[in-house]
Amino acid sequence: MLSFYEAAAKNLRRSRFLFLILFLLFFALGSAIGNAYGNAGYGVALALILYAILAATAWFSGSSIVLSIHGAREADPAEHRRLLNVVDEMRIASGLPMPRVYLMESGGMNAFAAGRRPREAAVAVTTGLLDGLNREELQGVIAHEMAHIKSRDTLYYICAAVLVGSIALLADMFLRGTFFGGRRRAGGGSGRGSAAFVLLGLLFALLAPLAAKILQMSISRQREYHADAEAAGFTRNPLGLASALEKIALVGSGIPGRNRGTQHLFIVNPVRRFTEASTALFSTHPPTALRIQRLRAMAGKGGFG
Amino acid sequence: MGWIPAIVAVVVVAWFVGTYNSLVRLRNQFRNAWHQIDVQLKRRYDLIPNLVEVVKDYMSYEQETLTKVIEARGAAISARGASEQGKAENLLTESLKSLFAVVERYPELKANQNVASLQEELTGTENKISFARQFYNDSVMTYNNRIQSIPANAIASVFDFSPAEYFEGGEESRTVPKADLR
Repeated sequence: MLSFYEAAAKNLRRSRFLFLILFLLFFALGSAIGNAYGNAGYGVALALILYAILAATAWFSGSSIVLSIHGAREADPAEHRRLLNVVDEMRIASGLPMPRVYLMESGGMNAFAAGRRPREAAVAVTTGLLDGLNREELQGVIAHEMAHIKSRDTLYYICAAVLVGSIALLADMFLRGTFFGGRRRAGGGSGRGSAAFVLLGLLFALLAPLAAKILQMSISRQREYHADAEAAGFTRNPLGLASALEKIALVGSGIPGRNRGTQHLFIVNPVRRFTEASTALFSTHPPTALRIQRLRAMAGKGGFG
Repeated sequence: MGWIPAIVAVVVVAWFVGTYNSLVRLRNQFRNAWHQIDVQLKRRYDLIPNLVEVVKDYMSYEQETLTKVIEARGAAISARGASEQGKAENLLTESLKSLFAVVERYPELKANQNVASLQEELTGTENKISFARQFYNDSVMTYNNRIQSIPANAIASVFDFSPAEYFEGGEESRTVPKADLR
């Protein structure tokens, strides 16, 4: 198993790689469209400006975007004392700084972590999770999220969400013909340009789901097992998380603002149902039953430390 | 071939700086972890008088339990030396447990919002103490492993990175922290 240090270094590398891919993609696109208009330079310049905006948004406010998509609000120190205490306990056990804590209004049970680096991390849980789990189970779930933060999975996940999101955005822009719209000549317009828009739009519309699939594959299910194992190391109590996962599977893991671009962030995939086709090649998470089984096995051996 | 010694020298210096810095980082980590324990212990000392204040009016027949908690707190604060303090802290944990058991028997106490929130705070603090100790021991293990294995042990012995001591609790602090199941 990778140590936290190695895992974090790997996630940092992979995140940079994603930004590089995105850069190349925008570069190629910009020159292609620019060519259709007869000036590659303008196309490249505009594409790179768009890239810069996207990359900066992802880097500087990726977490807050994800939090707002799912309607998360900050936990109240008086009202959510138990949650805040449990997060504090787990940040002590993991040796991390205290993350910000958020709540999502939902009867479904789910949780996710976000943040570029541990210092500015955030943990969000649904109200359903908070109401349905006892303290030990909550500890297990929060420990799982702290493990993602510590190994910087959260950084890579945010970058991946932005990559998929921006491809979907591009597809949308081209199909509606708003991209480079300001440069269209009044009156006659450009037949060649419009044709290029439609073609590229179709290309991206085809590419978007494919990119989502590739993303899902790249997010190794191994990372979930890893976070489960590390969580058990933090709590010294694998059964807490096992029983939490059981309850989540039973109650359901629905969250506000379902979004395919962020599904890999959650402790249990909110889109896919795990009773069906759960070992499929393209799923972001391992089947919950298998995760529970592995946690139980750890408790049987009682060997960490 | 004059550049070969130069390359070797650069590699050796880079290794030395990297290893030395990682040892310093690990040493700071376990020292900081020790302070984390103290922070939580202090927090527990601060919370106990509040709890006693709130429950004492209801518990006129349970003065003995309250006195025990107050005495155990005093003993823990004034304890000197790691082993003495460890024992005193365990006694305090025990006395708090029996206080909570008594609270369970008084319905109007259980319904009291102040008591409930103080109980949550104390449970949380108890857990934080054991997790802080656990993290301290984990940090000590990482540090000790590092300074005792080849090749870092060479640097460790020259620059006096001595092995750190584990926190040894009683049976109490070794078991999984069991919070109330609600």
